[in-house]
Amino acid sequence: MSERARAVGGFAIVAVLLVAVGFGRSWSVSLAVFNLCLISAVMSLGVNIQWGYAGLFNAGVMAFAALGGLAGVLVSRPPVWAAVAAGGGGLLWAAVAACLTLALVRVAFRRLPPGRWRLLGVTAAVVAGFFATRAFFDPAVEAIEAVDPSTSGYLGGLGLPIVLSWAVGGVFAAAVAWVVGRVALGLRSDYLAIATLGISEIVIAVLKNEDWLARGVKNVTGLDRPVPYELDLQQAVWFRDLVAALNAGRLSALDAAERAAALHGLAIEAAGIFVKLCYAGLFAAVLLVVLLLSERALRSPWGRMMRAIRDNEAAAEALGKDVVRRHRQVFVLGSAVVGIAGAMLVTLDGQFTPSAYNPLRFTFLIWVMVIVGGSGNNLGAVLGGFVIWFVWIEAEPAGLWLVGALTSAMAPDDPVRAYLVASAAHMRPILMGTILLLVMRFSPRGMVPETVRR
Amino acid sequence: MSYLAGEDMRGGYGAADILRGCAIAVDRGEIAVIVGPNGAGKSTAMRALFGMLRLRRGRVLLDGRDIGRLTPRERVRAGMAFVPQTDNVFTTMTVQENLEMGAFLRRDDISESMEEIFGLFPVLREKRRQQAGTLSGGQRQQAAIGRALMTRPSVLMLDEPTAGVSPIVMDELFDRLLEIRRMGIAILMVEQNARRALAIADRGFVLVNGGNRFTDTGHALLANPEVGRAFLGG
Amino acid sequence: MIVDVANALVLLCNFVVVPAIAYGSQLALGALGITLVFGVLRFANFSHGDLMALGTMVTILATWQLRRWGVGAGPLPTALLALPFGALVAVVASLAVDRSVFRFYRVRRSGPVVLTVVSVGVMFVMNGVVRFVIGPDDRSFADGARYLMTAGEFKRMTGLDEGLAIRSSQVLTVFVAVASVATLFWFLQRTRMGKSMRAYADNEDLALLSGVDPDRVVLVTWTITAVLATVAGTLYGLDKSFQPFTYLQLLLPMFAAAIVGGIGQPLGAIAGGFLVAFSEVAITYAYKKFLRYLLPEHLHPDGLVQLLSTDYKFSVSFAILVAVLLWRPTGLFRGRVL
Repeated sequence: MSERARAVGGFAIVAVLLVAVGFGRSWSVSLAVFNLCLISAVMSLGVNIQWGYAGLFNAGVMAFAALGGLAGVLVSRPPVWAAVAAGGGGLLWAAVAACLTLALVRVAFRRLPPGRWRLLGVTAAVVAGFFATRAFFDPAVEAIEAVDPSTSGYLGGLGLPIVLSWAVGGVFAAAVAWVVGRVALGLRSDYLAIATLGISEIVIAVLKNEDWLARGVKNVTGLDRPVPYELDLQQAVWFRDLVAALNAGRLSALDAAERAAALHGLAIEAAGIFVKLCYAGLFAAVLLVVLLLSERALRSPWGRMMRAIRDNEAAAEALGKDVVRRHRQVFVLGSAVVGIAGAMLVTLDGQFTPSAYNPLRFTFLIWVMVIVGGSGNNLGAVLGGFVIWFVWIEAEPAGLWLVGALTSAMAPDDPVRAYLVASAAHMRPILMGTILLLVMRFSPRGMVPETVRR
Repeated sequence: MSYLAGEDMRGGYGAADILRGCAIAVDRGEIAVIVGPNGAGKSTAMRALFGMLRLRRGRVLLDGRDIGRLTPRERVRAGMAFVPQTDNVFTTMTVQENLEMGAFLRRDDISESMEEIFGLFPVLREKRRQQAGTLSGGQRQQAAIGRALMTRPSVLMLDEPTAGVSPIVMDELFDRLLEIRRMGIAILMVEQNARRALAIADRGFVLVNGGNRFTDTGHALLANPEVGRAFLGG
Repeated sequence: MIVDVANALVLLCNFVVVPAIAYGSQLALGALGITLVFGVLRFANFSHGDLMALGTMVTILATWQLRRWGVGAGPLPTALLALPFGALVAVVASLAVDRSVFRFYRVRRSGPVVLTVVSVGVMFVMNGVVRFVIGPDDRSFADGARYLMTAGEFKRMTGLDEGLAIRSSQVLTVFVAVASVATLFWFLQRTRMGKSMRAYADNEDLALLSGVDPDRVVLVTWTITAVLATVAGTLYGLDKSFQPFTYLQLLLPMFAAAIVGGIGQPLGAIAGGFLVAFSEVAITYAYKKFLRYLLPEHLHPDGLVQLLSTDYKFSVSFAILVAVLLWRPTGLFRGRVL
């Protein structure tokens, strides 16, 4: 089957499944799944840029998604001026001290002869700089976190529209990726995996603990929205008129009093769907842009070179390609895309909860998407994002249903049954792992394989 | 019939054959040398004899038995030993451990063989507690040959044993090979230093494009003006 | 004066040295497994943490069963008796996984990163199995004598203000770790099989040319790795508590320990384990009280004097990892350059 046919077939199946959920459960649920499918697809594209184009194993996808989420907070929340006044200056000084420390370390590393003196010099610079930074940092943080701790206790953001944070999230992720790449690229590929695993744990730890930044585990809720609120819609005249027009047939059969109540109910339902559709439109637009850009990049001379490097690093190096530099580019680009998706996710949720980030859901699940979809093929990565998200989200109800069906013969208070029902949720990782292993083994090129271009 | 013989060997790694009907043979108590230009398939021929390359056609006989289906490990068991050109010692293990690893398949007392090898290469006795990775190039080759001999092989195959060692060490190594030959072992090697190698060879094979261009005794090949002009640098 | 110094040292021992020794032993055992797989099978095994969790889980289940039967080990934790069951299941599981998953890629000589990705799949499955069987919650399974010496006993014995408590799980950890490591080294250095494993890790092709059977080497490697993982996981669980998710998080410090020590270098993995553990504990300890004993009153610190909050302990492993990658990619004990 050709690439196109496989992709079309795959998307058709996903569409049928989503429509089935729409009719079977509700359109609201179906759209909620669809929105997350779109975001997953963007993330999957980002990882595909790294793994599919260049064979880089990024085990810290979660961190880049979380950085995108952080951008959501920092861009959209209004600034907390009291906190800025209390601790902004101190933070600034701490930042200056940190930069000076880094410069000092750099100088020590460059100027001192290798060996004991360099080690001593660098260590001394690190220790001195650490304490100097902390001297400014600690009081500033204390002051900031003391400002109205139950509702803010952080610096707030810039008060800009949250859609801007999608780009900013990409920049945040790219910046961190650049630093990681400096260290870990150019070593054997599994070192990058380990280094990114480390960075992801650290990023999440920072987000959980630095309350001054984004309130840590106290979470930031009620984020600004790029789309209308349901309540406003329900009361908007034009929206009620629209709902009335769409349901004219059904409503006309009712008398006036009943009609008003029915219209109210319909408006509530329609408002939810309308909001989700707005999100879907925005996300789909981003997905399309990222997909088109990725495709163009892949077909450009740059993309050809990336694949050449991936397939034979030694030969590419012998031809004078700067492999490490190319890898860094790809790593930064892919991470930026993940960051964008992370910001989109926080926008959809309307809140930023650092403790929600765990590696199984935010790193390895994305990996499954890419590999199942087809490493190296952008359309495949998108399809993988759709399919795997659908499976992931439906695995739990399906598992519960299955357990329920299997144990229906048992007494309702049977402990074994209760145990099985409670444990059904843990079937998810087993299912995902099995899918990953089966695809790697029997169809390593995925649902939509990379097309070999000559 | 020679002790080890590869007949009409054809095959390669990809679609194109590297070996195109080449024939190699060596008897016990003989030294056979394969020479030829780069890319002629010298090392490939060795690998084919050792079962590290699947042949498309032809056969390999050891003592009259067709061993074409045996894995390299089984060929070791059957009495063949191979010294690769590079990475031919266990660098993180001591010299003694390297020799012990050579005798991995043996269940009998190996101290006698060890003594024999220390007799052949006295420097190994001196350095037996040292890690093989710290040895000099020549000592490393000796350790590698020693490891191969610990299997008590009837055939010893060497891939460019003198690559990267000084001329003095090379002479020394060739002397040792002559001694090993006297033990009744068949020695087959690929050599870059063709002139020196052919001088001690009982048989020589000049490979070109995966086939035998010349096959004769070492001295005859050295005396052959055509061989001299084309392959031995005048 | 001298009493103050003694108090300060006891304080440091109690909160830094003793816990770090125990934690270091646990990390070292885990890192040994990682370095063996790295050295022999040549890939970073992401499923190692969950293999630990699996072995520990079975040990816990066996412990519960033994207690139900009224079997105990006196002052020692019952888990010690249950350990062989956990190890056995872990060995069987890793051999089954190798047979059904890893072997395919080994035979095809796939690149290390492919194997690493595959190990992520294995990690998923093992993680799910553990959570399915025992649930995601905290499980405590320590029993037997809790303390070898309580802080109070120590104070009475020495007359110092500070106490030194030594938990039996800590002593047990050190003992079991030393015994396991000694056995492992004896095996690697002295036995035929152990030497062939080292040879295979050193130079696969040459090992084959010497007649080493790769399947045997792989089998033994997984067996040792699984046993070490179970021992490490059980000791960690006894010392702290068992929670499936923490074992996934132990991956990072264990990888750091293995790389710091030098890949494929068992001795390095042990040194690396202790280095990571001591750095982690020392950097996240609050030195306020310690300094109060040592400094004159007007210099007493106001803050906690804690370099990093405990939540950042992973950054310690990471910093060590980065420093090693930058300065000495072969690690302290000159492992393989990757």
